[in-house]
Amino acid sequence: VTASRDARRRRLLALALALGSALLLIIGLAAGSDGWSPRALLALAKSPEGTLIIFQIRAPRTLGAWLTGALLGLSGATAQGLFRNPLADPYLLGSASGALLGVVLVLAASGLGGHALDVATANALARTGLAGGAFLGALLAVLLTLSLSRVSRETTKLLLSGVVVAAVLAAASDLVTTASPDALRGKQAFLLGSTGFLGWQSCALLALGLAVTVPVSWRLARALDALTLGLDGALSLGIELGRIRFALVAALALATGLAVSQAGIIAFVGLVSPHIVRRFAPATHGFTLMASAAAGGALLLTADVLARTVIAPEEVPVGVLTALLGGGYLIWLLHRRQTA
Amino acid sequence: MRLGDGAPAAELGLRAHTALPSSSDWRRTGGLLGVGLVMLAALAARPAQAAVTLRDDRGVTVRLAHTPQRIVSLLPSLTESVCALGACARLVATDRFSNWPARVLALPKVGGMEDAQVERIVALRPDVVLVSSSARATGRLEGLGLAVIALESRNHADALRTLTLLGELLDARAQAVRVAADIERETRAAAARVPAALRGKRVYFEVDATPYAAGPESFIGETLGRLGLANIVPAALGPFPKLNPEYVVRAQPDIVMAPEKGLAELSRRPGWQALRALADGHACGFTTARADLLVRPGPRMGEAAQVLADCLVVIAKAPR
Repeated sequence: VTASRDARRRRLLALALALGSALLLIIGLAAGSDGWSPRALLALAKSPEGTLIIFQIRAPRTLGAWLTGALLGLSGATAQGLFRNPLADPYLLGSASGALLGVVLVLAASGLGGHALDVATANALARTGLAGGAFLGALLAVLLTLSLSRVSRETTKLLLSGVVVAAVLAAASDLVTTASPDALRGKQAFLLGSTGFLGWQSCALLALGLAVTVPVSWRLARALDALTLGLDGALSLGIELGRIRFALVAALALATGLAVSQAGIIAFVGLVSPHIVRRFAPATHGFTLMASAAAGGALLLTADVLARTVIAPEEVPVGVLTALLGGGYLIWLLHRRQTA
Repeated sequence: MRLGDGAPAAELGLRAHTALPSSSDWRRTGGLLGVGLVMLAALAARPAQAAVTLRDDRGVTVRLAHTPQRIVSLLPSLTESVCALGACARLVATDRFSNWPARVLALPKVGGMEDAQVERIVALRPDVVLVSSSARATGRLEGLGLAVIALESRNHADALRTLTLLGELLDARAQAVRVAADIERETRAAAARVPAALRGKRVYFEVDATPYAAGPESFIGETLGRLGLANIVPAALGPFPKLNPEYVVRAQPDIVMAPEKGLAELSRRPGWQALRALADGHACGFTTARADLLVRPGPRMGEAAQVLADCLVVIAKAPR
């Protein structure tokens, strides 16, 4: 009876996420700097600037927000399964601090333009560098974490290495901004996270990231299921833990590195999405991973639409809203468990 | 309490004499002349001995026994003001961002607004520390017995008020009046140089790529207003609103201004290639040094207006 009820709830959640995402994507087209209204959207579509505003700005921004959220949701669910810890979030292995250090280094280097570097090189660096720097930084940070904990199979050690690497890299980027105040502003913008400048190019990159990480996670989901039995249990099932863990961590780094490079650091989406999914429909990891991706997309897109409309034409930093929405949900969850 | 700007030493000498007790003790131990010489020696060390009482922008009343001779400034605009008032030589340290005039670069740098180095500042024994109202070190410095004057300049009126207050503090009132007059004269001259075709044009001034714009109420916005330009941001949004990028595209500003480093980026943002101002070259990028000038509410406000006028003159010549 429970099994069939869970199956029904899974179908319901999948349907809700699909419909919700579709609806949000449409709302995203209608939500702009003049607030949100279907009538304004129609008027805009008829005006000469309609194509530009809707197809060059709102559409990629909306889709990009969903894709970024999906990458974060997917890597959050992967991290929580991999580390068997519901508090794990995608930034855990130092990816966020690594990305930040990459960005700060690029900004500081481009600030040297006219002094140590010629202006053209500095400009080229600033142009192509930010996203690349963030991605490389995230990837190197995760590799560093992995190499530190390679000798051990213990998850605790991997987590600890991640925390240490994150702290050291964060300190390093603080050090760079102390020496190069120019980099400070860019760093702050990056820390706040933003969906405002996602264009079609970003969307293509993010979609590519999903196209790589979704199949990998899907294929390896059964190993995560085996891991819930504990390390020994998984080993006794004949799972090649080392290789699988490496593949999952690589997917995790790719997903977060891409998300961070395009939209900055957006908190709580990766942490909360798997909780939402597990709460409504307990399932094996295959379903949880995919549904968490969709939930992450829906969550970040909701936050993005609110960010645009709440005090339009001004924007609320989107990270503030994800923290409020996601954190609020967690508080509600804790409260319910206490009173139940 | 305060002495005239003309001949403070002479006035003080006179005061010292009249203030002396005329008891026979004094006469016996050396006479008026000897005491007068001692006083003169003291005067040579401290040319302006006058108590100063000021109310700073926190509403705190700060009393100083004499015109400060050793000053620490923790805000670039205050450093610039102190120097413009002819007291640059009295600065003993500044924050790490103060970089004008060039001579302050040689001074010890004692941190920034958030991380002022309390120990070094105390060791320099300043008579007064000038800080921004939001500086974190204020309470600590005061707790250690230093006189701290906290000032906040958000707009032109604030900047002029701060200049007057510093003039009182530094015993340089006439100089403060002169600097204020210079700012006004330069600003008017800059406004007169603005090409007629550009008067009333709507400007988007990007402060930061987040994107934060300078609204009409901001310091830069006021300068733009003095030059007869309009702003795409309504005043109701406050001084530095974080705008939806779409808003800028829909507003189609006639002129775009941004930091030089950010300007090239603008047309690469989604949809921003449609900004006609960018396509037509009706845009200015400001180097870091010039951007500093534009954002600091200090004695170079007039110069800032000139920089903006230069930009407009160049834009007016751009081919259409």
